[in-house]
Amino acid sequence: MIALTATWRRMFRPQAGGGVPVGVFVTILAMMVIVAILAPLIAPYDPNTQNLLGRLKPPGTEARGTYYLLGSDELGRDLLSRVIYGARVSLSVAVLSVILSGAVGITLGMLAGYRGGWVEVVVMRLVDIFLSIPAILLAIIMVAVLGPGFVNVVLVLALTRWPRYARVAYGQTLAVSNQPYVRLAKAMGAGPFRVLFLHILPNILAPLAVVATLEFGLMVLFEAGLSFLGLGVQPPTASWGAMLSVGRNYVSTAWWIATFPGLCLFLLVLSVNLIGDRLSAYLNPKSR
Amino acid sequence: MSVFLLQRLGQALVAIFGVMTLVFFIQRLTGDPTYLLVPETATQADIEAMRRSLGLDQPLVVQYLNYLWDMLRFDFGTSYVQNVPVTQIIASRLPYTLQLAAGALFVAFVIGLPVGLAMAIWRKHRFTNVLMGIVLGAQSMPTFWSGILMIMVFGVWLGWLPPSGSGSFAHLVMPSIALGLLSMATYARIARSSILDEMSKDYVRSARARGVGTGRLVGKHLIRNSLIPVISISALEISQLLAGAVIVETVFAWPGLGQLTVQSVQSRDFVVVQGIVLLGAFVTISVNLLADILYGVVDPRIRKGGKA
Repeated sequence: MIALTATWRRMFRPQAGGGVPVGVFVTILAMMVIVAILAPLIAPYDPNTQNLLGRLKPPGTEARGTYYLLGSDELGRDLLSRVIYGARVSLSVAVLSVILSGAVGITLGMLAGYRGGWVEVVVMRLVDIFLSIPAILLAIIMVAVLGPGFVNVVLVLALTRWPRYARVAYGQTLAVSNQPYVRLAKAMGAGPFRVLFLHILPNILAPLAVVATLEFGLMVLFEAGLSFLGLGVQPPTASWGAMLSVGRNYVSTAWWIATFPGLCLFLLVLSVNLIGDRLSAYLNPKSR
Repeated sequence: MSVFLLQRLGQALVAIFGVMTLVFFIQRLTGDPTYLLVPETATQADIEAMRRSLGLDQPLVVQYLNYLWDMLRFDFGTSYVQNVPVTQIIASRLPYTLQLAAGALFVAFVIGLPVGLAMAIWRKHRFTNVLMGIVLGAQSMPTFWSGILMIMVFGVWLGWLPPSGSGSFAHLVMPSIALGLLSMATYARIARSSILDEMSKDYVRSARARGVGTGRLVGKHLIRNSLIPVISISALEISQLLAGAVIVETVFAWPGLGQLTVQSVQSRDFVVVQGIVLLGAFVTISVNLLADILYGVVDPRIRKGGKA
């Protein structure tokens, strides 16, 4: 408990030179997670209820018994409720795709580094090939084949991004696999999976955590981008990217539709990126 | 030098071959790619005819070899939606994307490098923190949001610039900034850390001791020596720009390859999507190769040995 409060206090300590303390961003992220989980309790209205007499109402107006705090969209749906539900899509797609691509990438990368030989050649060449196609193009061609939708977006993002983890896990595994503790574990008869997951993985987790944090921000942006292009989560599900795309069409008449989801997206990605930045500086004292 | 070059060239060729194979297998993720290629109105007989005319009734190995042979002859197929060769469709859109990428790179360089330099030289200054905040903000800004905000402010409210479309230089300004912001942030950070790195080296200290002023030091020594990370990032950035163009072009209705990609996915014109993806990969691989060659030109140390 004491250690926890100490960490907490350290997070809010003013940064040298007057930067914003990282605790602020941790708080923003935590609040978004809470809002996403409790969306049905927090949202004032159902995100998909249309109200054709309350279309494109500016923030703070009332129409037919509905009070639009952040305004309404082109179908008269409450923008605040949709923004709140949108957090669910953004966060769940990002969490699932990071877990999936991380699991695949880390396993393959560790195997390549530990086993060497043809496993190394095959995995690392695959990594090179995947990384030489611009990520969003790779995602688009896969969505074009598989079709859009929540599950496919997660799968596509995982398939597109695993090489990033594989490359880091590979390099780190190479670096530690000759350490005495690994050789000792092998000498005592530990099988390859025991060595990889019980002895090597815990020791290479730090740099992987940094990659995962930065990838998390990227996954939020990718989901929003795909949904913006109409290739992600499909309507009527509220997704910030899809809301921005509607806002783009009403840019001259209803500024609020694009502004609020965009702001949430920006704050989420900014928080995650800054946390990742500080994490990497903390774990890697040389760069400080 | 030549051994290193040949090795890199070989790697690049392997990568291109791998990408073509990967795209071939992605096509077959759903089993029969005929459904990807026919328009939605096609009848069962159309589908059968298409399958035969494409050779999709042949064994997979034969199909794969046919596909590779086509690619080697730069035959990327014909769009079934527009009935025009894919190379021709891409060629008509390419100039727009090149203009946009050039504009974005210009924005990124002209703002990013000086900002990075300033952050490195006045490292302790309070203003530097503000700059760093702006850079980090730009890095987390979704291009489609910054694009829409610019359209709103400069296009609709102030009316200074055309909100979307193409045709004049003014049309190019906002898309270039939207696309360039992200790279600007990357350049600023890389330039900063690379110059800081150089500044801590002995030769800088002795130059200072000899009485070399800051301006001369930066101009004669620091910029040239910190160029390597900037070049290697440029290779990455160019493929980032290609990818970013997909979204920026959609936001601004800019008629380049990005917009073509989205339109082709929507009209289920898969051959075109495939052509663009292959082109994107080809550009990425070539640019990386070029960057590796350029290192040798900028830094003679690499020319002698293997990797730096």
